[in-house]
Amino acid sequence: MDVINFILNLWVEIGDWFGGVLAGWGVPPWGVNLIADIIGVLILLVFGIMAVIVFTPMERKVIARMQDRPGPNRTPGYGAIQAVADAIKMLTKEDVIPRNADKILHMLAPLLVAIPALLIFAVLPWGPGSGLIGQDLNVGILFVVAISAIHVLAVIIAGWGSNNKYSLLSAFRVVNQLLAYEIPMVLSILVVVIFAETLSMQGIVENQVIPYFVVMPVTALIFLICALAEANRSPVDLIEADSEMVAGYIIEYSGMKFAMFFIAEYVNMFAVGIVFSTLFLGGWKFFGLENLAPVLTPIIVFFKAAFVIFLMLWFRATFPRIRFDHLVGFAWKFLVPLSLINLMLGAVVVKIPVDDPMMVPWVHGAIMLVANIALVIVTMIILNRTAKRVEGAPALKRIVAAER
Amino acid sequence: MDVPLSWYLVVAALLFCIGLYGALSRRNAIAILMGVELMLNSVNVNLLAFWRHVEVVQATLSGQAFAIIVITVAAAEAAVGLALAIAVFRNRHTVDVEEVDTMKL
Amino acid sequence: MNVSQVVFIILSVAALAGAAGVVLSRNLFKAALFLVLSLVGVAGFYVLLEAELLAMIQILVYVGAIAILIIFAIMLSQRLMSPEYDPRNEQWLGGLLVAIALFAALLFVLLRVDWPVSEASVPAEAISQLGQALVSPDYFLLPFEVASVLLLVALVGAVIIARER
Repeated sequence: MDVINFILNLWVEIGDWFGGVLAGWGVPPWGVNLIADIIGVLILLVFGIMAVIVFTPMERKVIARMQDRPGPNRTPGYGAIQAVADAIKMLTKEDVIPRNADKILHMLAPLLVAIPALLIFAVLPWGPGSGLIGQDLNVGILFVVAISAIHVLAVIIAGWGSNNKYSLLSAFRVVNQLLAYEIPMVLSILVVVIFAETLSMQGIVENQVIPYFVVMPVTALIFLICALAEANRSPVDLIEADSEMVAGYIIEYSGMKFAMFFIAEYVNMFAVGIVFSTLFLGGWKFFGLENLAPVLTPIIVFFKAAFVIFLMLWFRATFPRIRFDHLVGFAWKFLVPLSLINLMLGAVVVKIPVDDPMMVPWVHGAIMLVANIALVIVTMIILNRTAKRVEGAPALKRIVAAER
Repeated sequence: MDVPLSWYLVVAALLFCIGLYGALSRRNAIAILMGVELMLNSVNVNLLAFWRHVEVVQATLSGQAFAIIVITVAAAEAAVGLALAIAVFRNRHTVDVEEVDTMKL
Repeated sequence: MNVSQVVFIILSVAALAGAAGVVLSRNLFKAALFLVLSLVGVAGFYVLLEAELLAMIQILVYVGAIAILIIFAIMLSQRLMSPEYDPRNEQWLGGLLVAIALFAALLFVLLRVDWPVSEASVPAEAISQLGQALVSPDYFLLPFEVASVLLLVALVGAVIIARER
């Protein structure tokens, strides 16, 4: 019985045991805290890098299977350690810096891209309480948004520091896209914050009696689209748009710096997966399993994040790339008004008085779900009324007319 | 309260004076704007330092609210100032404030 | 000399070095990056002053938007600059003297006044109280609404001024 209890609360027990060992060696309390914090930071870094190693081959295999081909299978284990092979390849490539480029800026940009991606892991909750989270900031979700804002700066520095006008143009376009999709993202996060009544990540998970994906599907969809755009994933990826902008703002980067950009992208994807699952899928909760066996909460979080990443890979495999002006127009003309209306609906719904305090999340959740479905229906009706029929290209019309 | 109030005020004053020097003695209009942003930041530090050390007992968070409004005003002013700088550059092909002097006597 | 004071000294070195870099640097792009360093240092000050919401807002608005706006304006107004480009204008000496005099005057005042410091701690529900203070007619509703109108006016004005003719 005692052993089972020990295993069920494994992470807490390990933490306590380690603290006890250090205190037994005569380390003062602030030293114990410091060492525990450093070890926590190292573990979070390992999680971040593990994201790259697990999800790089997963992406290529999943997309390949969706396209009815085997995917990378030359490395041992059916291609499972493809990321390690890629890393070895990148490390052996020459690190080229263009002649007139500013060396400091050229070297600063990959760092500024990778560091914020890893920094998000400081506020992601892996379990209940304050032990299984890096630091439960009481402005946790705003920290995540601020980190995405730093990413924009890194893109400009990468584009400018390459001394290449195509790189600069691509950086302008990527910044345009990132800034356009930041606003609907923040607005949809605001709706979640209104319902959860707190900005801290742990608080949002704990206040989710019903997962917010069920309560407000429109908000979840808006957040997913904006997070895809912020992470530069297809169908909104302009970096890997080889047909449009050569290789985007990372043209002049080679070797380990190039690898840094991709590490940052995959770490960002993993972090987006965890943030989405925290905000909308219930975080480390799983229908009460987390009360029975708190040891399983990191695994629950990992699987929810993997599900979201699978969704992102699915989008990449199936949707064509969207043209840039359509992309930005979609953000400004459709997503911003939609998320504003969503925010107003959420603000009104949350203030509806309910007699029984226990039923408050259920009543508000049900009303918000109805409001969201009504919003979708009204939006579809408006779009149908105002959509223009686009005339096909003249050659296509001639072919169609000739076949009739 | 571990850091005394006077330390914050000295650093804010130093930031303000560096920003003032930048705003008064640079050629480029955008560099002048950066000096102004430094001054606004130092004012914010001052506000929050006073709020934390003096005002907290009243619990209206006036320091934080006022600092948010200062940040908003700084954002609006930076946007308009930079739009002006770009418009001047388009007409006169320079952002050097020494060279934009056709209205001088 | 406890941990907070050491962190304060590190942050103030970062903020002041960034500020010095802004006003002394020849290359305007580097000046913008020094400004970013200074803004991040100031955000660190806010965290030290237990105003975390404001620190996140500072990074989100200043670093995430204003610094990028400044960098775009720099890139759009570049022209060939000669290597002998002196960033100082004709009145730089006057500016320097005024700045030093102002700093001396401020220092004189700041270090001699006995500020009424209180030992109270920040309320626990600070963020929700801040939100209520910003929309409550007794407190800060009017500045809040005027600031939003100001933002709207600045938005429209900036778009009109910088439009291509």
